[in-house]
Amino acid sequence: MSLGYYIKSFTLWEFVKAHWLTLKYFFRAKATINYPHEKNPLSPRFRGEHALRRYPNGEERCIACKLCEAVCPAQAITIEAEPRDDGSRRTTRYDIDMTKCIFCGFCQEACPVDAIVEGPNFEYATETREELIYDKAKLLANGDRWEPALAANLAADAPYR
Amino acid sequence: MTALFQTWGLPFAWASFASMLIGILAIALPLMLAVAMIIYVDRKIWAAMALRRGPNVVGPWGLLQSFADGLKVFLQETIIPSAANKGLFLLAPIITFTVALIVWAVIPFAPGVVLADINIGLLYILAASSIGVYGVIIAGWASNSKYPFYSALRAAAQMVSYEVSIGFVLISVVLWTGSFNMSAIIEGQRAHVFGFLNGYGFNPLLFPMAVVFFISALAETARAPFDLTEAESELVAGYQTEYSSMAFALYWLGEYANVILMCGLNAILFWGGWLPPIDWAPLYMVPGIVWFFAKLFAFFFVFSWVKATVPRYRYDQLMRLGWKIFLPLSLFWVVLVSGWLEVTRYGVFG
Repeated sequence: MSLGYYIKSFTLWEFVKAHWLTLKYFFRAKATINYPHEKNPLSPRFRGEHALRRYPNGEERCIACKLCEAVCPAQAITIEAEPRDDGSRRTTRYDIDMTKCIFCGFCQEACPVDAIVEGPNFEYATETREELIYDKAKLLANGDRWEPALAANLAADAPYR
Repeated sequence: MTALFQTWGLPFAWASFASMLIGILAIALPLMLAVAMIIYVDRKIWAAMALRRGPNVVGPWGLLQSFADGLKVFLQETIIPSAANKGLFLLAPIITFTVALIVWAVIPFAPGVVLADINIGLLYILAASSIGVYGVIIAGWASNSKYPFYSALRAAAQMVSYEVSIGFVLISVVLWTGSFNMSAIIEGQRAHVFGFLNGYGFNPLLFPMAVVFFISALAETARAPFDLTEAESELVAGYQTEYSSMAFALYWLGEYANVILMCGLNAILFWGGWLPPIDWAPLYMVPGIVWFFAKLFAFFFVFSWVKATVPRYRYDQLMRLGWKIFLPLSLFWVVLVSGWLEVTRYGVFG
């Protein structure tokens, strides 16, 4: 315990230094964004809310191969399928339980026709749990709503795949 | 005010009661408003030092955040644990809140603007703020839950430890002034140093006591780094853990009213209260109440600043600082100050 130690501790030197530092931070620009009004940029690979896409002619892409249902580690996807009147194989039921989903992205990796994708939307909070159990109509509506962004993201990521 | 009511035909007892009531409301209501705003300011300062934005959604710049919180808390249910002692459980926040309010009776805001200009004002503050810890202890005991109980024990030990050094600091101020009256203490600081600096804090002999008082005030109000009573990583929320709704809000209001009080006491005891910092005629153009609140707010800024900067003390460190550093230091300083006064003012040796 030297004299310097006592001078330092009785003049509260370390505290003065720390407070000078925080005072400098006080006047510095804020690091947080003003969330609802400002948003962070998102990667094209961002895995948000799910959507079922359609071909440009309006035909739904999903061919009911059930690969996504098989690969889903959280078993959040439920699919039922039967041949349509024109003989093509389509889903009659495509449910995703968003409360189970872990957003791993395996469904979109497994999909051979880029039908199920995870889009850039993450603001889909609901007031009830039931609203988070998505059916086929909801997923197709998501696809219609987000198609420009979904197509742009797929195109942007394509060179790296 | 009493005379005015008497001219309206009221008997003296009723007139003085009415003027007292008006005085109480004139202090308590603005105080509640000030507490709401000071909570907002505290959060903003804290946020800015952490490079965050703080509340900015409710009202312009988030100014109404505290009122929104108050409304939310008001509409919630008061949950009383089934194993709690109901009477004491509900009494505890009322004690804390009431004590935080009654202390303001002797605080002079400007020359002559004080509800009760009693000549033992400082003793009254010491006594009343000591009662405040009962609210915390009773809450900890009546909750019948282990974390509030630990927190209450900590709070009791902490208050006792730091009130000792606060007492000695106040003694040196009282020795210098020769009075316990708050207004007299402020008047005693006029042109105190070099004939033009107003405030005991400018006196090199009393400045260390001003620092000790400030740090002890942090401990008295359980602010960081002395907020062991609500160390959330160990004690959930401390003695408030079982409280909800308005009972919780009363603690919150009482705590911040105490913080403002301690800031005000710092300003009054060491930095001249309503006097401008320099004894220079043009500065007296500014009303005394503005100087008082400017000093009070400056101290509040430092309170928030400290909270944003320092980590929490360990319990043994808290006790070591209180008993092994502040107590001997302030005791020594009482001897030093009284010796100095004895020699220079009362002239024992000459």
